[in-house]
Amino acid sequence: MFNIVEKRRWYFLFSSILIVLSIAAMAVSAVKFGQPLRLGIDFTGGSIFVLQFDQPASEDDIRTVFADYGLEGAIVQPVGSPEEHTWQIRTREVTASEVGSILNALEERVGEIDRDTLTFDTVEPAVGSEVTHAAALAIAVAAFIIVAFMWFSFRRVPNAFRYGVCTIAGMLHNLIVSFGFYALMGILAGWEMDALFLTAILTVIGFSVQDVIVVFDRIRENIPRHKTEPFERVVNRSILETIHRSLATQLNAMFVMIAVILFGGTTVKPFIATMLVGMVSETYSAIFIAVPLLVVWEKVVARRTVARATA
Amino acid sequence: MKKSETWQLVAIIFIALVALFVDLNIEHPDWAKNLPFWQPAGQRDIALRLGLDLQGGLQVLLAADVPEGQGLDAASMETARRIVENRVNSLGLTEPVVQAQGERRIIVELPGIENPEQAVETVKGTALLEFVDARGIPLPPGAVITTTLGGPQGVSPAGSELTPTTELSPTADSTTPAQPAPPPPSSGMVIYETIITGAGLKNVGLDRTQQGEYIIPFELNPDAAQVFADYTASHVGQYLCIVLDKTVISCPTIREPIPGGRGSISGKFTYNDARQLAVQLRYGALPIPLRVESFNRIGATLGAESVQKSVHAGVIGLIIVLLFMLIYYRLLGGLADVALVIYVLLNLALYKLAPITLTLPGIAGLILSAGMAVDANILIFERMKEELRRGRKMMTAIEIGFKRAWPSIRDGQLSTLIICVILFFFGTNFGASVVKGFAITLAIGTVINVFTAVFATRVFVQQVAISAGQWVSEHMWLLGV
Repeated sequence: MFNIVEKRRWYFLFSSILIVLSIAAMAVSAVKFGQPLRLGIDFTGGSIFVLQFDQPASEDDIRTVFADYGLEGAIVQPVGSPEEHTWQIRTREVTASEVGSILNALEERVGEIDRDTLTFDTVEPAVGSEVTHAAALAIAVAAFIIVAFMWFSFRRVPNAFRYGVCTIAGMLHNLIVSFGFYALMGILAGWEMDALFLTAILTVIGFSVQDVIVVFDRIRENIPRHKTEPFERVVNRSILETIHRSLATQLNAMFVMIAVILFGGTTVKPFIATMLVGMVSETYSAIFIAVPLLVVWEKVVARRTVARATA
Repeated sequence: MKKSETWQLVAIIFIALVALFVDLNIEHPDWAKNLPFWQPAGQRDIALRLGLDLQGGLQVLLAADVPEGQGLDAASMETARRIVENRVNSLGLTEPVVQAQGERRIIVELPGIENPEQAVETVKGTALLEFVDARGIPLPPGAVITTTLGGPQGVSPAGSELTPTTELSPTADSTTPAQPAPPPPSSGMVIYETIITGAGLKNVGLDRTQQGEYIIPFELNPDAAQVFADYTASHVGQYLCIVLDKTVISCPTIREPIPGGRGSISGKFTYNDARQLAVQLRYGALPIPLRVESFNRIGATLGAESVQKSVHAGVIGLIIVLLFMLIYYRLLGGLADVALVIYVLLNLALYKLAPITLTLPGIAGLILSAGMAVDANILIFERMKEELRRGRKMMTAIEIGFKRAWPSIRDGQLSTLIICVILFFFGTNFGASVVKGFAITLAIGTVINVFTAVFATRVFVQQVAISAGQWVSEHMWLLGV
C-alpha cells in the first residue's frame, strides 16, 4: 500500500516554505504600501474613476484638473493598451456634487469621455473602517461556526477535539496561503483588497472542511473495520480510499474557475483566482497537513502513555 | 418497475420541461407571466433581472446622519425609505431599486443614470425640515446653518439682505411686515436648536387669505403640537426659522402662542413659491436626515461586456465539466450530466421566477456552483464503484453508494450554506450588494444541487439499472469499474 502519511515531514516542510513565502509577500507589501494587503477604497475610503477618452490624454493634464478641485496627489494610471486611452484615477473621496463638474472640466481640457464606459466609485472613509471591522468579524464568526459544526459532526468519535484542532490548522494554512497570494498579486499586479476578496476568503473558509470531512468520515468508518491495524495505517488507508474523489471534485471546480479567469470579466478575476488558490490549498492541506497532523498527535500521545506506563 | 419510481421520473422530466420553458429567451404569453403569484400584482414577469453592474447605472448608499449612539427607530427609517422611493419613482426609470440595508442605510440603484449630483438631489434634495430657534436674530433666507440635529454644516455667511418677511400665526390673518432685524449672522460656529422636525407634521395645505395672499396652513401631530405650543408660548415675539436641509427658508415672528398644533406660514409668497414650499413640507419631511456614504457608477457597455464574457466563461466551464464526467464515469457520468443540465435550467428558472437580480459575482457564484454540483455525484459514484469492486450486486451497490455518501454530502452542503448566510449578512449590512449576489446564487445552487445530484441522479441510475441492469453488468467498463 502506497504510504502517504509516512512522508509527512516533507509536506510539513513544503507547507512551512509556502507559509514563510506568504508572510514574506505580506511583509514586502507592508514595507512598500504600508499594508500587508493593499487596501481598496472599500476599506480606506476614497474615489476611483475609470475614464476612456476619445484621444490620447496626458497624465499631467488629468492630474491638473483633479488638483484644481483640491484633489492633489491623485494617482493617475493608464489601463489596458495605449490605444484605448483609458485611465484610472484614484483620489481621496469626491462628493457627489463635484463629480459632474470634474467630468466637464476633463472634457474641456483633456478630451471627450466615453460616457458608456464611464465608471466611478466613491466610499467615505468612515464606511471603510466600519467595513474593515465587519470583515474581521465575519471571518472570525465564519471560522468559529465551521469549527463548531465540525466538532458537532464528530462529537461521537473518540478524540473529536483533535479532529477540530487539525481542521483549524488546515484552515489557517489555507487562509495564510490565500492572503499571501493576494499580497503577491498586490505587489505584482496592483490587486487591492475589496469586498469580493473577503467573499473569496469566507468561501475558502467554508470549503476548508469539505475534503477534511470526507477523509475524517472515512477514518471514523475504518477504525472499527480494521481494529488490528495501527492508527497510522488506518489513516493512510482512508486517504487512499478517498483521494480519488477529492481530486475529481477539485478538478471540476478548477475547470470552471480557470474558465472564468481566462474568459470572464476582469472584475471577478482576482476574486475567482483567490478562491482557486484557496481551494487548491484546501485539498492539499486536507490530505497532506490536517490528516497527517492527526497521526502525529496520536503518536505523541501514545509515546507519552508508554512513557508513563514504564515510569 | 415500481410505480413510485416511474412517477418520480415523470415528475423530474416535468419539472425540467417547465424550467426549460421559463428559461427560453422568448416573449412569454401573458398567462405564463402571471403565474408567479408571489410577485406583486401588475409587475409579474418572468424575465431575467440584471443588476446594476450588468446593465450600467448609478448606485447610491445613503446612511442615517445621526450621531453615533443616538437611537434610530425602524419605523422612521422605513418612512424615509418610502419617501426616497417615491422620489426615485418620479424619475421614471425602469426598475430602480430602493432597499433598506441593515438598520441605518438605504441603498438606491438607478439604472441608466449618469450624474450622481442629479441622483443625489432627487433622492435627498428636499430632505429634512426643521423648525429652529433663531436665538433672537432672524436668519436670512438661504443661509446654511448648523442645528442640534444631524451632522455639522458650516455657517455660511450668506450675504443676502436680512428681511424676515414671513410670519407665523395661529390663524391666517393678514400680515404686517416684521421689523427688520439688524445683527448679521455670526461668522463663528453657532448651533441652533431644533424645536420640531418634519416628522411632526401631520398635514400641510395651501390656502389663500381674503386679501389674496397665499398661506400654508399646517397641522402637527399631538406630540409635536405639545412641544410647539410650549415653545411658542414662551417665545412670543421671537423668530422661529423654517429650515429645509439646513438651509433657512424663512424666519417668521411668533405673534402669539400656537396651541392645538394648527398654524400657518404666511409671507409674500407667489403662488409658485407657496406651492413649492407646501410640497417640500409635505413630501420633504424625511424623518431622519440622510447622508451619501458612497456612490458608484458602472458604464452600460462595461456591463454588457461583463454579461457576454461571463456567459462565455460559464458555457466553456460547463462543457469541460460535462466532458470530464462523461469520460471519467462513462454511463454514470452521462446520467450525472443530464442532472447537471437540469441543475443549470432550474437555477436560471428560479432567478426568473423569484425573481433574483443577477449580478456579476452572482453569475460567478452560479458557474462555481455548477462546477461543484457534480461533487455529490462523484462522492456517490466513487462509493458505488468501490462496492461493485467488492463484488456487490448492482442494486445493492447503488443503494449503499447513495446511503454512505449522504452524510459527507450533507455536511459539505451545510457548511456551504452556513458561509452563504454569513456572507449574506455581511453583504446586507454594508450595501455590498456584490457580496449578497454571490451568496444568494451559491445558496440556491447548493439547495437545488441536492435535488438534482442526489434525488434526480438516483432516479436515473435506478431506472437504468432496472431496465438495462443485466446488459450493463456484462459491460462493466460502462461504469468505469
